[in-house]
Amino acid sequence: MTANLTAPVTPKPDPPRPATPARVRTVVYSALLTVLCLLVLVPFVWMISSSLKHDNQVFTVPTQWIPREFVWSNYADIWTQIPMLAYLRNSAFLAVVISFLQVITGSFAAYGFAKLRFPGRDWLFLAYLATIAVPWQAYMIPQYLIMEQVGLVDTHLSIILLQAFGAFGVFLMRQYYQSIPDELIEAARIDGLSEYRIWWRIMLPLSRPAIASLGLLTFVSTWNDYMGPFIYLTSNELWTVQLGLRSFVGQYDAAYAMIMTGSVISVLPVVLVFLLGQRQFIQGIATSGLKG
Amino acid sequence: MTVTTAPALRKRRPPEPTARPRRRSLRPILVGWSFILPNFLGFALLTLVPMVFGLALSFMDWSPWGDPEWVGFENFERMFRNSTFWIALWNTTYYAAGHIPLTMAVSLGLALLLNGTLAGLGFFRTAFFLPYVTSLVAVAVVWNMLFNPTSGPVNQFLQFVGVTDPPGWTSSTAWAMPAVIVASVWRDMGYYMVLFLAGLQTIPTELYEAARVDGANAWQRFWNITLPGLRPTTFFVLIMCTVASFKVFDLIVVMTDGGPGRATKVLSQLIYEEGIREGRFGLASAISLVLFVLVAGFTVIQFLIQRRQEAR
Repeated sequence: MTANLTAPVTPKPDPPRPATPARVRTVVYSALLTVLCLLVLVPFVWMISSSLKHDNQVFTVPTQWIPREFVWSNYADIWTQIPMLAYLRNSAFLAVVISFLQVITGSFAAYGFAKLRFPGRDWLFLAYLATIAVPWQAYMIPQYLIMEQVGLVDTHLSIILLQAFGAFGVFLMRQYYQSIPDELIEAARIDGLSEYRIWWRIMLPLSRPAIASLGLLTFVSTWNDYMGPFIYLTSNELWTVQLGLRSFVGQYDAAYAMIMTGSVISVLPVVLVFLLGQRQFIQGIATSGLKG
Repeated sequence: MTVTTAPALRKRRPPEPTARPRRRSLRPILVGWSFILPNFLGFALLTLVPMVFGLALSFMDWSPWGDPEWVGFENFERMFRNSTFWIALWNTTYYAAGHIPLTMAVSLGLALLLNGTLAGLGFFRTAFFLPYVTSLVAVAVVWNMLFNPTSGPVNQFLQFVGVTDPPGWTSSTAWAMPAVIVASVWRDMGYYMVLFLAGLQTIPTELYEAARVDGANAWQRFWNITLPGLRPTTFFVLIMCTVASFKVFDLIVVMTDGGPGRATKVLSQLIYEEGIREGRFGLASAISLVLFVLVAGFTVIQFLIQRRQEAR
């Protein structure tokens, strides 16, 4: 799963050899992959190409996949049409704070679950595990009532509390910590390090790949979350990009080009984050599924 | 607890660490809890407590205007008399019945295609994964346009290949749900593809070589080596996919908002509408309980089937 984006799409031609069935198969295989890939990317092409058109050019028969005239002004106008910058700032703020808290509290708890022995530990972990399979919708109403009681509805803090203490982070970090040999920690204990310093000085530096995975996964899922902000945030100035985009679609449902411009802007940050941290991102998903 | 951790103890060099006097045994408990506590506080207050509270709430009449009152099964009676509940239950099942098998088939297919060493495979993996990091709002908005009945590219393509009367997709009660399912499969396949790829990597390649020597064809190798080897992964994917299916919300709210009519209204949307918009907390919690029982029931059944297959 390497970040090999510049690699050629089709394999390099082999030195001349008689066309064996194996070579024919490679060609068919590459062609199949290319066609599938183009098919999967159609929505992205549509998104980008429509964002560079006038509204009345978006739906044409036949579809113009490359705009006849590039309307770059969409990307300049959107910032005044809706408070896009404020939405982006809110989304970025929430995503960064939540990822940070999730990584810190998750890895701290994971150390307790993976490397310390105390009564009740396994039961506690089971409680964490069990909740991963419970859909959020099954307890969002009582959760909302609790938030309302303490006056946190319509604040960013509600979203932060909602997502920063997930069981998933504890689970992911624990998986990784279990692969770190106990001997290492035992040696540190003999050297007189307290458990807290072992976590800070040994476990945290060693688990950098897992931290990157968890941080990236949390960042992307928080950025993309719609339902949490939809339920909790009613004031426009608190809205995230997702809420802003949705409300824009509701108000100007015929502003096709501008809607696509907004979509591209809302997707761009996470796609960049993903492409930069691809390896850790994919690794995180793969590990969480390995011993599920 | 020493029993469960025996293998780990065996690995360690013997006595030094355990040489501490037994009387100070409270300390490890305190240290252990202090690590768990920061996360557990948030987890307990916002996940565990609401879960238990929600169960009680479904037997209560609780609204923003009156005092809470214990009403027994009244919420459930009201729920069963509500026609929208049955429609939402049916739609949720319909969505799951389409989304789960299709997503699993497509993502397994992609994983099998991409589980090679050919140059450039990394590029394809990235491309197929990209939909998963795209926000559901953008996904819904784009697919809504692609599915535009009169001049969207999907119907243009269908007309091109000879379908004279292509479906109305999100504006038709019969075709709105299939449209939502297509969009959701497109978005989710990359995620499960990664899980399947990780699973495929755990199958030893010697098995395939041995099978090839014995003259097994590709289909036989897939059926007798790949599928059994993937069983733990398939099980995990099935559970994750089920949970995700039954709680579908964002995509439907943005793509169709439950419409046209009630054609795509699902349970989690009904919970939101009854609970947070209308303030009928008790009724909404009763519906939540149904959703939970559905997911839990399905998970337990899968777990039992998996256990029986393993025992064989």
